[in-house]
Amino acid sequence: MIGQTPGAFAGASIPCRNADMQGLRSFTEPDACPAAKEKCEMDQNRAPVYEALTRLKTMRIVPFDVPGHKRGRGNKELTDFLGPRCMEVDVNSMKPLDNLCHPVSVIKEAEELAAGAFGAAHAFFMVGGTTSAVQSMILSAVKEGDEIILPRNVHRSVINAMILCGAVPVYVNPETNARLGISLGMRVSEVERAIMEHPSAKAVVVNNPTYYGICSDIRSIVKLAHEHNMLVLADEAHGTHFYFGKDMPAAAMHAGADIAAVSMHKSGGSLTQSSFLLTGPRVNSDHVRQMINLTQTTSGSYLLMSSLDISRRNLALNGVRIFDRIRSLVSYAREEINEIGDYYAYSRELVNGDSIFDFDETKLSVHTLDTGLAGIEVYDILRDDYDIQTEFGDMGNLLAYVSVGDREKDIERLISALSEIRRRFKRDKTGMLETEYINPMVMETPRTAFYADKEQLPIERSAGRVCSEFVMCYPPGIPILAPGELITDQIIAYIAYAKEKGCTLLGTEDIDTELINVLK
Amino acid sequence: MELWFTENHTKNVRFSVKVTKQLYSHRSEFQSIDVFESPEFGRFLTLDGYMMLTEKDEFIYHEMITHVPMAVHPHAENILVIGGGDGGTVRELLKYDCVKSIDLVEIDEEVVEVCMKYLPQTASCLDNSSGKIRFYFEDGLKYIRHCSNMYDLIIVDSTDPFGPGEGLFTMEFYGNCFKALKDDGIMVNQHESPFYDEDAFAMQRAHKRIVNSFDMCRVYQAHIPTYPSGHWLFGFASKKYHPLRDFSEKRWAELGIETKYYTPHVHKGAFYVPAYVEKLLSDVEPDGYYKKLNGE
Repeated sequence: MIGQTPGAFAGASIPCRNADMQGLRSFTEPDACPAAKEKCEMDQNRAPVYEALTRLKTMRIVPFDVPGHKRGRGNKELTDFLGPRCMEVDVNSMKPLDNLCHPVSVIKEAEELAAGAFGAAHAFFMVGGTTSAVQSMILSAVKEGDEIILPRNVHRSVINAMILCGAVPVYVNPETNARLGISLGMRVSEVERAIMEHPSAKAVVVNNPTYYGICSDIRSIVKLAHEHNMLVLADEAHGTHFYFGKDMPAAAMHAGADIAAVSMHKSGGSLTQSSFLLTGPRVNSDHVRQMINLTQTTSGSYLLMSSLDISRRNLALNGVRIFDRIRSLVSYAREEINEIGDYYAYSRELVNGDSIFDFDETKLSVHTLDTGLAGIEVYDILRDDYDIQTEFGDMGNLLAYVSVGDREKDIERLISALSEIRRRFKRDKTGMLETEYINPMVMETPRTAFYADKEQLPIERSAGRVCSEFVMCYPPGIPILAPGELITDQIIAYIAYAKEKGCTLLGTEDIDTELINVLK
Repeated sequence: MELWFTENHTKNVRFSVKVTKQLYSHRSEFQSIDVFESPEFGRFLTLDGYMMLTEKDEFIYHEMITHVPMAVHPHAENILVIGGGDGGTVRELLKYDCVKSIDLVEIDEEVVEVCMKYLPQTASCLDNSSGKIRFYFEDGLKYIRHCSNMYDLIIVDSTDPFGPGEGLFTMEFYGNCFKALKDDGIMVNQHESPFYDEDAFAMQRAHKRIVNSFDMCRVYQAHIPTYPSGHWLFGFASKKYHPLRDFSEKRWAELGIETKYYTPHVHKGAFYVPAYVEKLLSDVEPDGYYKKLNGE
């Protein structure tokens, strides 16, 4: 069945875990191992967790264990709402169903199948979202005082993990596209400079891709990092489809990265909060499991796990077709939107071989500033006037998430609504803020700043102080300020503008983002 | 053996018609298309199980959706019909010599083919012996996006706001219709029924969205026996002409057009809708005609 998933194993020998490896960073080149052949022959038609749950239903076991709703009987209202089939499989770990913290049977098999499908040495089922996958990834790679090289446009979960473990961030300036006002990928030369300046850093984090679909040259970054004994960690919250579609940008595992956090619930179709953590052959997966078990629930949801299992099977068997269709829907939408005028739905023409090494064509990102409207304004009008909910709008862009569940007629609605918004609201664009990259001034590690003695100040009077908390627009959840960074007038002006345009700001203790905690 | 066609008008109300035989049944790319023969209503067409037209009462719908705007607009020449693959609306339009062109945009070509074969009463005109019809088999929402200042009259002869017709009940669609009309253009649409809750909700939502795009928005009514509750509404949205003040009884009478339902008296009466309908409409207007009628 593997033959039906071209791309899943493209180019690389099948990685396998080196059982002799003790520490995480004891590098050995993976050589061809028997497990590789075994994985190639795995039957991706199987879904062991789903099959075990189906078997369990027929066993009519009397439950004297949790959950207390007892297959839904104890909570009629919830059962009416979610449906009995859903409640029947909301069960606890038990012998026939394995245990997420210590998988030995069906979960283990399902994880092996997933590893095979993704071309990873090991795959972990994650039930705390990709946030938890990212945190486990960082915790597995760095500890207190270790330096970690990363682009500033990482998701908040990356920096949260550094608060937990005390690692020291070394930021690489992701280049910014001035016209679009978005952060791009990291240039390989910038990564190299960071590595030279911080030779003892333990790992490099790569967004593969960014929320907007932009990819760095992950293969070259992997090569470079490995030459300097550093791990490569990939945030693939928006890259599940890279593993299954045809002619996609390089997936982290295929590029030789060491750990990847993959949001199966985004483009992969599983339930919200379900995710995969993948590891490569250089990584000791038992160590990673220990780190996962530090923070992950001991009551893993079988709803989430079965959704991972079934979705992995679906992508392994049908991924090429599914993502071909999405690509053609998006490319149709892009052409039509670009024909409207003033909107710019961008794609591969941006590719420059470095900071935009590749572009994910399934992303429908639209630059709106030439209509005189901020992305967030178009986002609000679409929802309020046209009953169309998009993923997010930022200062200059709108992102519509197109997936396996979309219909042609809904794409038509989106295009027509954008055309109408331009007709009704187009205005002069002078005065629209041109976003630029604000180079963060890291004064303290995120952990030191987060736990330091602090005081609350009105944001507009906080210039020159070091903040101890996050400020970000959500989505996309990329920090404007992270704990330990210097607050500047430029940042204060940006926050005020984001508020004025209607962005949802969060991260501060003060729920209205009027006050900010700063170091004493 | 007895054969009955049944449509659920609500979860708790059914409407059944005795059927002699089923003439056609096929799932097209977009919907299920069925044609039946019945003793009471003659032949009838259903889409996804919903009654679209019967030979016995289709004249009411097609005359009312066509003659009301045609009697108001003094010189409607270029007409756009969206939906209407059964041909009934086009048949009525062709009764006017002033009509120069009819663009028919129907998403499902199979509807046209089936109607021409089994329902010649409405669809025989679609052979285009008049030479005035241009066919576009595509999504109406997509078609209209590319039109601007082109039409005197747009008739939205759509199915219900779920299924393939969904996009034709949206604000982006009505806004694009406004753009596609000339400065004195009129848009008339199938506006659902005010009676059963779900239909009434769809009716209100359509009104709310039309009001957002057009300054003058009215509804008018007709009695259509085979549609849920029998009480059916049409929307009249206009850039310039008033449905009653700009309606000339004399001018229309001089055309000598033969009708079975529509008359100048019916035209006037149709705009006087019941109190509860006025209330439903005024509830979704920010500050419109029906609000004023209700003294709010």
